Amino acid sequence: MIAETGLIALWLAAALTLLQFALGAIGLRAERDDYYAAIRPVAVAQGVFVTLSFVLLIWLFLRSDMSVKLVAMNSASVKPLLYKFAGTWGNHEGSMLLWVTVMGLAGAFIALFERSLQKRTLVATLAAQAFISLGFYAFLLVSSNPFERLFPVPAEGQGLNPLLQDPGLAFHPPTLYFGYVGLSVAFSFAVGAMITRDVGPAFAKAMRPWVLGAWIFLTLGITAGSYWAYYELGWGGWWFWDPVENASLMPWLAATALLHSVTVLATRDGLRAWTLMLAVVAFSMSMIGTFLVRSGILTSVHAFAVDPERGSFILALLAIYIGGAMALFALRVGTVKEGSRFELVSREGALVANNLLLSVILALVFIGTLYPLLVEAVTGEKLSVGPPYFNLATGPLALLLVAAMAAGPLLRWRRDNPKTLLNRISIPLLVAAASLFALVIFTTSMSILSLLGLALAAGVAVASFAPLWRRNLRRTPLHTYGMVLAHFGVAVALVGMASESSFTEERLVAAKPGDEITVNKWKLQFGAIEPVAGPNWTALEARMTAQYGGGVLHEITPQNRMFAAAQTQTSEAALLTRWNGQLYVVLGDGDSEGRWQVRVWWKPFVPLIWYGGILIALGGLLAMIGRLRRGFQQRKQREFAEAML
Amino acid sequence: MRRFLALLVLILSAPVAAQTGLPPAPYADRQLEDPQQEAVASELMEELRCLKCQSQSIADSNAPMAGDMRSQVRERIAAGETPEEVRSWLIERYGNWVSYDPPIASAVTWPLWIAPIVLLLAALWLARGRFRKRRGDE
Amino acid sequence: MNRWLLWLPLVLFGLFFGAVAIGLMMPKDNIIESKMVGKKMPEFALPAAIEQRPALTSADLSGGKPTLLNIFASWCVPCIAEAPQLLELQRAGVEINAIASRDTPEDIANFLNRWGNPYTRIGTDTTSKVQLELGSSGVPETFVIDGNGVIVHQHIGDIREEDVAMLIKLLEEAR
Repeated sequence: MIAETGLIALWLAAALTLLQFALGAIGLRAERDDYYAAIRPVAVAQGVFVTLSFVLLIWLFLRSDMSVKLVAMNSASVKPLLYKFAGTWGNHEGSMLLWVTVMGLAGAFIALFERSLQKRTLVATLAAQAFISLGFYAFLLVSSNPFERLFPVPAEGQGLNPLLQDPGLAFHPPTLYFGYVGLSVAFSFAVGAMITRDVGPAFAKAMRPWVLGAWIFLTLGITAGSYWAYYELGWGGWWFWDPVENASLMPWLAATALLHSVTVLATRDGLRAWTLMLAVVAFSMSMIGTFLVRSGILTSVHAFAVDPERGSFILALLAIYIGGAMALFALRVGTVKEGSRFELVSREGALVANNLLLSVILALVFIGTLYPLLVEAVTGEKLSVGPPYFNLATGPLALLLVAAMAAGPLLRWRRDNPKTLLNRISIPLLVAAASLFALVIFTTSMSILSLLGLALAAGVAVASFAPLWRRNLRRTPLHTYGMVLAHFGVAVALVGMASESSFTEERLVAAKPGDEITVNKWKLQFGAIEPVAGPNWTALEARMTAQYGGGVLHEITPQNRMFAAAQTQTSEAALLTRWNGQLYVVLGDGDSEGRWQVRVWWKPFVPLIWYGGILIALGGLLAMIGRLRRGFQQRKQREFAEAML
Repeated sequence: MRRFLALLVLILSAPVAAQTGLPPAPYADRQLEDPQQEAVASELMEELRCLKCQSQSIADSNAPMAGDMRSQVRERIAAGETPEEVRSWLIERYGNWVSYDPPIASAVTWPLWIAPIVLLLAALWLARGRFRKRRGDE
Repeated sequence: MNRWLLWLPLVLFGLFFGAVAIGLMMPKDNIIESKMVGKKMPEFALPAAIEQRPALTSADLSGGKPTLLNIFASWCVPCIAEAPQLLELQRAGVEINAIASRDTPEDIANFLNRWGNPYTRIGTDTTSKVQLELGSSGVPETFVIDGNGVIVHQHIGDIREEDVAMLIKLLEEAR
């Protein structure tokens, strides 16, 4: 009953979406004011029904209703409640439903709260949003019905992949989806603006909170995903340039560029074409990423349940949406009036550098990810493109970008001169130079990239606060603090990355109970191997103690877990975090002589990578709140002034 | 109860270990005595691809074959071979697929390596139209 | 901005679409072929796997007569499936040598007792060293080697009924 209700709600939402699109399209064509008025409630109704559908699916999972095929294939009644909940979107159909739900909610939100945009543009935006959702509704209802029944009803489900039974990974997909859908809103705004030729500060200000919101979620999603892979997969790496990882990075790169570009459009009415193109590209990258990971055309260690047929469907949607938007771009942008000009050395100039560098990095990641496929299609030769390429190709550009990030906020709009910039940036420059000097003297075997990166990070950490110097801190807008924090976060993350790649120490031993292992200043004592059991797993646990430089004795327990339901084995690493780094201990297999493989890493400053990510997202949040608040206040002031007249 | 659990775990881990009953190769999980050599070997292992896995370096994979490859890498480095020689030896046998570092000089992969420069130049050329010392719009 | 430049994104997308559409239609296979086909067999010397058969060295494979080199293991299920085909080949006069990959003498002996022993010589490769030398990436694999020790062909996977004729033909041509 509940499943059927969910399906009906989904159909209703799809029907409303179709209506929303029709109202918008016809309304724009025929300039019908009554259609304009009707589109808002329809968008809200769509949001309500699709949310209902999703909530009902969650309910089915929480109740472990095995008569629903999706639940039977992806859940088990012994699973802890959190993972039953997260299991709703830990599969293809559920995640697609989550996608349309978030899109529907976003549309409803725009319909309810967007007031400053020109009416026609708003209608065009809602129509575009509906058009995108329609494709996904079709996908769901035609080939990926989440509410399909199973008969005969199995007694127990097949369980969720044990690797996914983890709090970090339970929330990683929704976080990313909020990001992708936010970008779809930006995309819809861009399409709407291109249709009505209304590309200006008003449009940029309406789009900006959505871009910021989406970007914050993407930043958090990628940070969380990286940390999860780091501690769950057991090899101590935090980024492998794997196709699935790249699929999530590319939208983020585009969104970061868009974020900066939209500010130029909002405050200076410049970079119109760039902003439009970036909005289209950002969402395109989300869709392409979704396509790449689900179609199975790229080999990845983060294997999804793949299906080429689903891949074809998404590819078709891609062709329609992206192809359509890009054609619209080519046709309309020529007629959009050019924005104001600016000089090379200016804030706009730095932001253009930002856009360019991010776009080049995005293009390189894109090319590198698809190259093996391309080569195999053309020559039949098999090729691998991995970290050595990506690090070398994008690393230097990323460093240039970070340098631009330090200089940008210190430049004036429109025109500035290099001497003044040098003056303002002199202290950070000194810090960077001093750091470089110190590193060269005191360390050995650091790669050039890491050396420059670490020195640059030190300078940028100081430079990110420079916009606040000699400023009335209480009068400084919140969004400036956001920018400062986000840029500082980048520097922090860079410190973590450079340290991890240069200063990590590894020890591999075949240890017997009673053995001692030394890594850097750590002394580990291998106690014993004990069997333990959890709710749906059993494990062999190593009881060890670890001591840093004669300090406190910590107990650590790395495990090898066996999940009976899924017949898989996972390794649970033991992590010990200090202010200056993390100890990472993995238990391997045992041999016939009673010795156990133990792998120990000491990774100095590695948590800074993810702390940096969180700071970046936090900065974005402050910026978003600041802008929204200011927009709200300005609107109130305007309304007040108008009332006075 | 303890003993039962231990037995259970050992039984359950059996299918996973069914692929080979043999112990890993000598240097599969053992570091070289010389830290310099071990660092060199380690860096190489992270750039070589496991033959039987979806997409993992031999440094990160638990597969027995990956262990054998690691052992080969370490033994050869210890015997004095350079990383390039070991890499070439593997590429001779498995093609470029086995290395995550695409070759620069190959007819098929040189576009990858000039792409950063080409794209950067293209981007700069695109942007040159933006910067003018204009007095008013055209 | 130049007029034609505005169409560049669409064109690039079209290229991407084309490449990916082809990719979707290509069957996905993760088979890594050996690049040693056409080259001389690398030198190796493996100890005997079981008592009943002599050890295997690369010299044995360049004795003037084309031979088959079969890589197998007792823990390999498709190897059981190809055992009848190997016996058939042996009865047809083909000399088949084997490398046992990552195996113990007892397990190999049990396997051969159960499923038949078509091999002239069997070498034991406990650390995959020779497998790596050959560019082999798994079991079962069979190499056709000509009289001079040059690898002529690599057959990945178990030998099916249909493959027997093809292998015999290759051996003939390799004379």
